[in-house]
Amino acid sequence: MHARKPADGDADGGVPRAREGARAVLDGNEINRALTRIAHEVLERTKGGEDVTLLGIPSRGVPLARRLARRIERVEEMSVPVGSLDITMYRDDLRSSPVRALGRTEIPTGGLDDRVVVLIDDVLFSGRTVRAALDALGDLGRPRAVQLAVLVDRGHRELPIRADYVGKNLPTSLRENVTVCLEETDGEDAVLLSPSRPSPSTTLNRRPSAEDPSSPSPSTTLNRRPSAEDPSSPSPSTTEGND
Amino acid sequence: MRHLLSTGDLSRDEATLILDTATELAQVGDRSVKKLPTLRGRTVVNLFYEDSTRTRTSFELAAKRLSADVINFSAKGSSVSKGESLKDTALTLQAMGADGVVIRHSASGAAHRLANWVDGSVLNAGDGTHEHPTQALLDAFTMRSRLGRLEGLRVAVVGDILHSRVARSNVLLLTTLGAHVTLVAPPTLLPVSVHTWPCEVSYDLDTVLPKADVVMMLRVQAERMHESFFPSTREYSRNYGLDAERLARMPEDAIVMHPGPMVRGMEISAEVADSPRCTVTEQVANGVSLRMAVLYLLLSGS
Repeated sequence: MHARKPADGDADGGVPRAREGARAVLDGNEINRALTRIAHEVLERTKGGEDVTLLGIPSRGVPLARRLARRIERVEEMSVPVGSLDITMYRDDLRSSPVRALGRTEIPTGGLDDRVVVLIDDVLFSGRTVRAALDALGDLGRPRAVQLAVLVDRGHRELPIRADYVGKNLPTSLRENVTVCLEETDGEDAVLLSPSRPSPSTTLNRRPSAEDPSSPSPSTTLNRRPSAEDPSSPSPSTTEGND
Repeated sequence: MRHLLSTGDLSRDEATLILDTATELAQVGDRSVKKLPTLRGRTVVNLFYEDSTRTRTSFELAAKRLSADVINFSAKGSSVSKGESLKDTALTLQAMGADGVVIRHSASGAAHRLANWVDGSVLNAGDGTHEHPTQALLDAFTMRSRLGRLEGLRVAVVGDILHSRVARSNVLLLTTLGAHVTLVAPPTLLPVSVHTWPCEVSYDLDTVLPKADVVMMLRVQAERMHESFFPSTREYSRNYGLDAERLARMPEDAIVMHPGPMVRGMEISAEVADSPRCTVTEQVANGVSLRMAVLYLLLSGS
């Protein structure tokens, strides 16, 4: 019964150490500008943001949702309900990975019925997190519409899902990792792109080569990557929480 | 960890993880759809060799809220009444592919034995006078949500310790979580080995009460008593029963707990049982969330 803590288990989690070969694709200012633009887009698309409820997906989506709400409030001088939506119990890969600790679900008072719910996550990848979030929403109420805002869209969708608001489109290879660091959770704002993730046990003394599909030993399940050549492992990408 | 057999097996982190998970799952009871898809396609067998309403329905509801399939199997009216042994019953369940077995048995250690025979997870729902881990966990959960903490909490467990599986599980768990437990009972109702337990022992309820944050009253288990342990129920009640007068001498924010079923007028007076400081119904509600947490942590994942 060793559950992974959301903070250090998710691939977007962990300490934002300057990983070898990691390259910052967005710095703090750029993240802020992207969020400000998304805030305006949300207001525009929802005609003033009257019925909007923002729901962040733990862990990085929650601080992003709060920041977005602050910006919308600043622009329109109205308060926006913000909450969080944990999707752990709705994941499609629960059986194939170790037990996960649950994140927090907080639905703002007033509920979700007839609201325009904007889901917020850090990275859109396979789309499986969003699929799970849509299932979770269905059990919580009946929103009038559901939209999706992400800070980074890195491509490689495995489901017919797209984002309504995107901070940055980032073409990536499946061998690369996208890590979003936020001041609230990691102490600094940055979006990092790094080459294939080494497994934690080998982080220190081994640089993964491109030919090595990241040593798929069972003990590295936490961080295993889908390799492009291996279509038989369709979902591990979602274990990364990066989608 | 694959099974939940004893609270003594739980580390502080594991126990805290269960409580934290239960906190999140408690919200499910307030939603419009009180169901999560998490254990869809998994089978949980409730194997009850002893009568139980509360625990069995609680486990059943918890499993159903997680979308597991639940099979209730009670000793009465089953192959057990025809003489089948626990092992053969276990192998039958095994053959049917049970992912989790919740067992209550009158013999101490039954859950441990079962854990060696089946591949699925075994959850001890009470074995003889040994342990009842989910009860202790839900008690700790209730204390934490009522009082905000467990560390340093002073808990008095009062009554029939000798026949109580709840007492042992609570002593082990609460000690792990940093609370201080004092057992209060007449000497005849304490197990001989009680000095090896990580807790204090007192024979005098009135000296313990003013210093207790939580007092947990236990039922006198007459059905397990084959000799007399105290002169009369009236004398027991006078010395070890909780009435309004004793309640008034407890700290103001102290709570009264009872694992149920209560015998009003024996270990607890009706007045105390109905007071808002008594958490009995809260414990039942928390039991469902807690058991959901345990089922989730044991049965999901690989």
